[in-house]
Amino acid sequence: MINIITNRDLEVKSEAKGSERPDGRAYNELRPLKIEAGVLERADGSAYLEFGDNKVLAAVYGPREFHIRRFLKPNMAVLRCRYNMAPFSVEDRKRPGPDRRSLEISKLTSEALSPAVFLEKFPRSSIDVFIEVLQAEGGTRCAGITAASVALADAGIPMRDMVVACAAGKANGQIVMDLSEWEDKEGEADVPVAIMPRTGEITLLQMDGQLTKDEFEQALDLAKEGCMKISVEQKKAIKNRYGGD
Amino acid sequence: MILVEDKDIVVPGEILAEGEYYAGRGTFKDDSKICSALVGLVAIRDDKISVLPLQSKYIPKRGDVVIGKITEVRFSMWNVDINSPYSGILPASDVFGREKRDMNKAFNVGDILFMRVVDVDEVKKVKLGLKGRGLGKFRGGILVEITPTKVPRLIGKKGSMINMIKDHTKCEVVVGQNGLVWVKGKPEMERVVEKVIKTIETEAHTSGLTDRIRVMLNQLLDIEEDVNKEEEEDYKEELIQ
Repeated sequence: MINIITNRDLEVKSEAKGSERPDGRAYNELRPLKIEAGVLERADGSAYLEFGDNKVLAAVYGPREFHIRRFLKPNMAVLRCRYNMAPFSVEDRKRPGPDRRSLEISKLTSEALSPAVFLEKFPRSSIDVFIEVLQAEGGTRCAGITAASVALADAGIPMRDMVVACAAGKANGQIVMDLSEWEDKEGEADVPVAIMPRTGEITLLQMDGQLTKDEFEQALDLAKEGCMKISVEQKKAIKNRYGGD
Repeated sequence: MILVEDKDIVVPGEILAEGEYYAGRGTFKDDSKICSALVGLVAIRDDKISVLPLQSKYIPKRGDVVIGKITEVRFSMWNVDINSPYSGILPASDVFGREKRDMNKAFNVGDILFMRVVDVDEVKKVKLGLKGRGLGKFRGGILVEITPTKVPRLIGKKGSMINMIKDHTKCEVVVGQNGLVWVKGKPEMERVVEKVIKTIETEAHTSGLTDRIRVMLNQLLDIEEDVNKEEEEDYKEELIQ
């Protein structure tokens, strides 16, 4: 059963802080987060993630035999990603099927995850990651990467580290962590970042909008801080799957 | 300095130890730190630290015995699915020797074979062979799939677990290193074995498993016997009437 998380407790807390953000969060506060690993029976690994009003499902198949000759790599596995938004995930119905945006996110997800995976252990094979966005509320690419990384670990694929993603940006003239949909659309800038938390290596860095050099550095630090917080939840999700501590 | 305890569940990237330790399976070394590469259980042996995976795919290794399914009959070989990222080939020469015979008559698509991995080359081309005791084609029975990492647990110490299952159910059970298990016996016994194997898979990381499985086997067999008795009684009553 899926438990629905409410923001009620958080709102009270933030009002005391005198937050300027539309949903009443503090500038360095994440939306409520829930991750569950191993939710799909057929997939080798899977994860379900709720991040604010985002609902994302990730499934991993592989390493498995790869038949497309021209993409095959003789010395390592190929990590393929498909990011897809359900037609009912956004307010106006989204036309189903791949479009320019989902193709871009598919490519960047694969590039964000690849450095973490020991691809060289499985030459001539493919690892397939599927990310389905069931409900979107800003920051789905970060939610997708975070969920996919849990699914990869659940599939038993060897990795150097988990990959975790979080966005930061500027809205209402203030640098804030984890932009909501409104802040993403109406705000001045959006900086999604994916890192490997153990070493702090960055595997994804994008910027949409304009920031000064100082503001950018501030946003980057804030995004990294958010990643660290999410990383704790990620690890908890995997350990919970096996009834760990 | 070791930062975790034996049998702890760890996640990829978790630091297990720092300093002069030997990185075993499922781990890797980053400078002086030993980190986990998998979701699994920590195993510490002296100064060697390894992580036993909770789930994995079968990677073919020379000398393993595997169970596979014929997927294609070619001119001089069979393609075999061995439940792994790499499919295997079984050369005709290995089966027939020098003489030439009809390939389809020997093995056809869908046949289940028990084979030995003869060779794995650097591009992971898997050559299979049938030379050896007990190797060959299976007739009848059912296939049960488990995660390859749990195969040692299913076999038990010196075969304790598998022999117990065989003795209790009077089934033939053959375990392939690739996580496929072939079971043949009475149909209701096959179902009991399947259930037991699935339980072993989900509870593989807990201790005292063999005893619990023994209890489970006895319970399941009692139920089967009761059902049989009832059926017999019903049959007798019908006869009387």
